[in-house]
Amino acid sequence: MKCRRCGHKASINMRQHKLALCKDHYLEWILYQTERIIGKYKMFTHQDQVLVAVSGGKDSLALWDVLLRLDYNVEGLYIGLGINGDISYSTKSRSFCQEFANLHNSKLHILEINKELDNTIPELAKKSSRGRGKPCSVCGLSKRHIMNRLAIDEGYDVLVTGHNLDDEVATLFNNTLNWSTGYLQRQSPVLESTHPGLIRKTKPFCRFYERETAAYALLRGIQYVYDECPYAVGAKSIYNKELLNRLEVDRPGAKLSFYLSFLKAKEEGFFTQQEESNNNLLNTCPTCGGPTTVLGECAFCRMVTKVSQGNQ
Amino acid sequence: MEIVVTAKLVLRDQEFEVRHGMTLRHALAQINVSPESVLATRDGELITDDELLHDDDSIKLIAVISGGC
Repeated sequence: MKCRRCGHKASINMRQHKLALCKDHYLEWILYQTERIIGKYKMFTHQDQVLVAVSGGKDSLALWDVLLRLDYNVEGLYIGLGINGDISYSTKSRSFCQEFANLHNSKLHILEINKELDNTIPELAKKSSRGRGKPCSVCGLSKRHIMNRLAIDEGYDVLVTGHNLDDEVATLFNNTLNWSTGYLQRQSPVLESTHPGLIRKTKPFCRFYERETAAYALLRGIQYVYDECPYAVGAKSIYNKELLNRLEVDRPGAKLSFYLSFLKAKEEGFFTQQEESNNNLLNTCPTCGGPTTVLGECAFCRMVTKVSQGNQ
Repeated sequence: MEIVVTAKLVLRDQEFEVRHGMTLRHALAQINVSPESVLATRDGELITDDELLHDDDSIKLIAVISGGC
């Protein structure tokens, strides 16, 4: 297969776009498309201070690399989860993030959960009733809280994450299966700040397939943690991704079409009424000052309180 | 005696042997791996799935699916 731009041997074929590209033209294409998506969804500008949440995986490190190459004012945030298992998962992840930051002379904030909360994520999961012993729920809640707090405290304008189209479509698929209308109305390439304690969030890679971000990382020589989080084995999101990939093989472009049709439906007001009513429901947590949909402490502070009471 | 010449596909700690001469896409179907879930490299270079597999080829498959709960 040949590169559509130059006729040299192609490195990647994107069937959903009917586009095969060589290494050089692919790397160029990713930069151009990222800049286009940032502009299309008005994610941020070159004047904004951008914080990218990095896990040590391919998506977030590739995103950091792209934003640096596009000359955005971007710095990184890594949260150490204390998940190691047999593969030293967190240790390796941190090391890849640190190496990337050093190589590109870019600032990396590092926060370790066990220093912040006196417990690792697996320990918090055991002590909390969330997630029935599986740490994913506690992990997500803690990461969202800590990322938001640091971004607000340090004065960043926007927090960006490396969510790719497969992440978005797997979430969309799951929420559609369950008709989780609250989650559906909140899913978007841009999550506006609707509370003074809530940072604006964006997902510049939301229209790239997962194999495209992996190809970018590979072609750029970015070192990333290849092993999966030990707790991700059997995860519903991975099952959904595999299912959707079966559909994609038979119908190239099905995933992209599902996502773009959803965004179009939102734009046409499909969820507007509910969105307006939900925005009015944000309260302020009396403990951390962050946003919460309930009166009283937010879910994160309630979890921390419960865990600390259990320790006494 | 028939000599079966094979190409090798490696995915994490698994190794698969397939007949040379088929395309990578055909080989992936044969070993039941979705072409959407992997990238393939030969000698460190990314290749597309219409590539023909050669005698004694060693193709490294890189899993691309990641995610949590």
